[in-house]
Amino acid sequence: MSERASVPKEDEQDAEAAGAEAEAETDAEPPADGEREQEPEATGADAVVRALENAGVEYLFGVQGGAIMPVYDALYRSDEMTHVTMAHEQGAAHAADAYGIVTGDPGVCMATSGPGATNLVTGLADASMDSDPLVALTGQVPTDFVGNDAFQETDTIGVTQPITKYNTFADDSDAVGTDVGTAWALANDGRQGPTLVDLPKDVTQGETDAEPGLPETPDTYQPPERAEPENVATAAEVLADADRPVILAGGGVIKAEASEELREFATEHEVPVITTMPGTGAFPETHDLSLEIAGMHGTGYANLAVSLTDCLLAVGTRFDDRLTGDVRTFAPDADVIHVDIDPAEISKNIEADYPLLGDAAAVLDQLAEAMPASPDTDEWLEQCQTWKEEYPMDYETPEDDPLKPQYVVEKYDELTPADTVVAAGVGQHQMWAWQYWTWTEPRTWVTSHGLGTMGYAVPAAIGAKLAAPDREVVAFDGDGSFLMTGQELTVAVRENLNITIVVLNNEAVGMVRQWQDGFYEGRRMASEYPWVPQFDKLAEAYGAQGLRIESYDEVEETIQEAREYDGPSVIDAVIDPAENVYPMVPSGGNNARFALNEDHLEQL
Amino acid sequence: MTQGELPGPGPDARQLPEGRRNEDGIRIDPEAEAEHPPERTVLSALVKHEPGVLAEISGLFSRRQFNIESLTVGATIDDDLARMTIVIEEPRPGIDQAKKQLEKRIPVVSVRELDDEAVQRELVILKVNGDRPDEVNAITDMYDGTTLDAGPRTITVQITGDEQKIDDAVDAYEQFGIRELVRTGYAALARGEAPTAQVKQPNKAPTESQVATTEADDD
Repeated sequence: MSERASVPKEDEQDAEAAGAEAEAETDAEPPADGEREQEPEATGADAVVRALENAGVEYLFGVQGGAIMPVYDALYRSDEMTHVTMAHEQGAAHAADAYGIVTGDPGVCMATSGPGATNLVTGLADASMDSDPLVALTGQVPTDFVGNDAFQETDTIGVTQPITKYNTFADDSDAVGTDVGTAWALANDGRQGPTLVDLPKDVTQGETDAEPGLPETPDTYQPPERAEPENVATAAEVLADADRPVILAGGGVIKAEASEELREFATEHEVPVITTMPGTGAFPETHDLSLEIAGMHGTGYANLAVSLTDCLLAVGTRFDDRLTGDVRTFAPDADVIHVDIDPAEISKNIEADYPLLGDAAAVLDQLAEAMPASPDTDEWLEQCQTWKEEYPMDYETPEDDPLKPQYVVEKYDELTPADTVVAAGVGQHQMWAWQYWTWTEPRTWVTSHGLGTMGYAVPAAIGAKLAAPDREVVAFDGDGSFLMTGQELTVAVRENLNITIVVLNNEAVGMVRQWQDGFYEGRRMASEYPWVPQFDKLAEAYGAQGLRIESYDEVEETIQEAREYDGPSVIDAVIDPAENVYPMVPSGGNNARFALNEDHLEQL
Repeated sequence: MTQGELPGPGPDARQLPEGRRNEDGIRIDPEAEAEHPPERTVLSALVKHEPGVLAEISGLFSRRQFNIESLTVGATIDDDLARMTIVIEEPRPGIDQAKKQLEKRIPVVSVRELDDEAVQRELVILKVNGDRPDEVNAITDMYDGTTLDAGPRTITVQITGDEQKIDDAVDAYEQFGIRELVRTGYAALARGEAPTAQVKQPNKAPTESQVATTEADDD
C-alpha cells in the first residue's frame, strides 16, 4: 500500500524562478522515469495532489464544495488516485480512518471549508483518541477573507487543534505541497494520529512550479525507536523474577506491527496475554496463553488476572479508564513495565515503574534478548485456567425466540475466514461483536474505541473494504448507531462494495438503556426507539440487498445469502431487546468485582 | 457457546488484591499514603515563532486542566523562535505530564523545568492616586521602582522583581489607593552558563526526566 509514486522530473528553469525558499523545498530525488513533465501553469492544488501521489495515496474520501474545488479540479487530472464521494464528511473521515487502520498507512479525507470542515471534526477526534493515521485536507476561504466571517468560513485550525496531532494553515502556494507531505509524514511517524492542512482557495489556485518532494517530518520530530539498554535489562530482570506476570497488549502493538514479536515473546516465556480493545487481534485468542480482553466488558479471567498480577508488561496502551476502572484498584500489586513510543503516555494514568520508550516491535525484541530467564509461571497459568473455567464467556440461548445477538456474532464468525475484517459501531452490538468474535489477526477489528462514536460502522466498512478488497468485510451495527450514518449505504451501493452490515436491532440505544436499568432505577428516558425503520427495506431503497433474521433457524442461511451476494447487504437482525452486555465492571469500578448478571450488579 | 453455565463466585466471594494505588495511579504503601501537594514550577519552552502557537499551548494547558499561574511569551535572538515562560502550580505527576504534553506539540522545540536558582522576574505597572506624591516616590525608591507618569491626579510606577517583592510593593501602595495595575507574569532564564534550552539540538527524543524511574517522585 505504501508503494510510492516516482517523483516527477524537476524543471530546472522553473525551479530557478521559484526563488530560494521554493528551491529549499524541492529537494526531490532524481526522477526514476521522468515521463511526466510539470504542467506549464501548475497551481497550489496541483502541488497538493502531487504530494499525495508522492506519498503513495491510492484512495481519497471526501465531499466536494466551493473552497476545496481547486483541489478537486487538480484531482481530475490525476490517474493515480481514486476519489470516493461520501454522503457526508463524517463518513469521509471514518472511511479514511478505517482505511488507515486496515492498511497501516494514513487514510486521506477531504472536505470544503466551514460546514465541510466541521463535519470532519467527529472523525478527527475519533482518530485522535485511537492514534489512527489520518490526513484531512480542508478547503478554506481565500486568505483575504479569512477572519471576516466570510461565507462558509470557520477557524478550522482553531477548531481542530485539540483533536489533531498536527495542523497547519497553508499560506503559500509554493509551500502547500510540502505542507501536505509534512502532514502525511507526521500522521504516519512515531505515534500515529490525525493531521490536517487547511487550504485557502487563493493558495490552491495560485500558480507555482514548486515540486513537493517525498513526505518528510520536521527535524524537531524524533520519536524514540529503541529503549535504553540499561532500562531494558532492569525490566527484563523484574519480569523474569515475577510469579504472576501478565502482558497487556494495546493498540500500539498493532500500530507498530509488533504482533509477531509479541507472540514469540509470550510463547517463549509462557506469560499470559490480555489485550485491550484497540489491541484486539494482536494476540490470537485461540492461543492457550490468551486471556482475551480486559476492561469494562472484558472477560472475567482477564480482569482477575490484571487485578492480581505482580508484574504487568503493558505494551502500547494508554490505560484508558474503560480498561482500568478505578486506577486505585488497577493492577495494584504489580510492577508496571510500560512500553510506549509516546513519552507523555508514561505515568499519565497508571504510574510506570519501568518505562521503556520506543517502538513496540523493537523494544519487544530488546526485551527478548535481555531476559535472563523465563519466569516460573506454572502455578499462575493454572490459576488463570481455573478462572477461565469459573467465568466462561456465556449467554443463555433458549431454543425458541427471541434471538440472542451473541449467537448471530458467533455464527458469522464460524462461517468466515480468520482474516475477515469486522467493523462495528458503538454500543451493545459493538461489545457483543468484540466479546463473541474469535480474534486471531491484527488489523481485523475496526471500531471507535476511545471516542465511542456511534455511526462509525457503515463508513468504516466502506473504508475497510477498499483497503482490503480481497478480504471479507462485515460490520456489526446497532439500530441507533446505524441511524446516524446509514446514508453512507448509498456509497457502498454506488461502489458495489461486497460488504455485509448486520444491524443488531433491539429498538433502543441499548447500552444507555442497560445503564438506565442498572443505575437509574429503570427510568428509560430517550433510550428506547419504538420507531426504527425496517432496515432491510431501507437497504432495498438504497439499492442494497435487504435481509431479515428473527429466529435462530434463519441465522446461518441468511448470513450465507448475504455473503454470497455481490454487493452490499444489510441484515436486520431482530434480537432480544432484554439482552444486556456482561461481564460488566461499572464505570470507575474495581475490575476484580465484575458482574456477570443483574444480581451481581446489585452487590457492587 | 456454553448454554448458560452457572457463573463462578460472585463479586464478594472473589480473591481481591491487597495493595493499592492512589488516584494518580501510583502504587503506594497503604500504611503511608503518598501525598502530592501542588508545587510551583517554572517551565521555559522554546517554540516556533508562528501564528497560532500561543493558542495551541494555552489550549493544551486548559483542556488538560493544568493549573496555570502565568504565561509570558516573547521573541528571542533567533527570529524563528519564541520563548514562553509558564508558571504552573500542580502536584509533581501533573508537572511531569505538563512537560511531556508540551514537548509533544510539533511547534515546540525544547522544554525545560527551571529550578529555584533560575533568574526569574516579573514586571508590574501600578497607577495610584496622586495626592501624596512624595510618599509615593518614597515607596517607589524603596522598591527600586521607576515612575513612568506623574500627573496631578495619578502617578504610574513600575516595579520589577520576584513575586514576593511585587506582592509586598502592591501592599505598600495600597495606602494611596491603587486605581489599576497590570502584572506581566514571570520571565525567566537559567542562571549562569547553563542554557535555558538546547536550541542547537532540537530533539523530541525523551529527556532524562521522562525516562527516569519514579522512585524520586514518590515524595
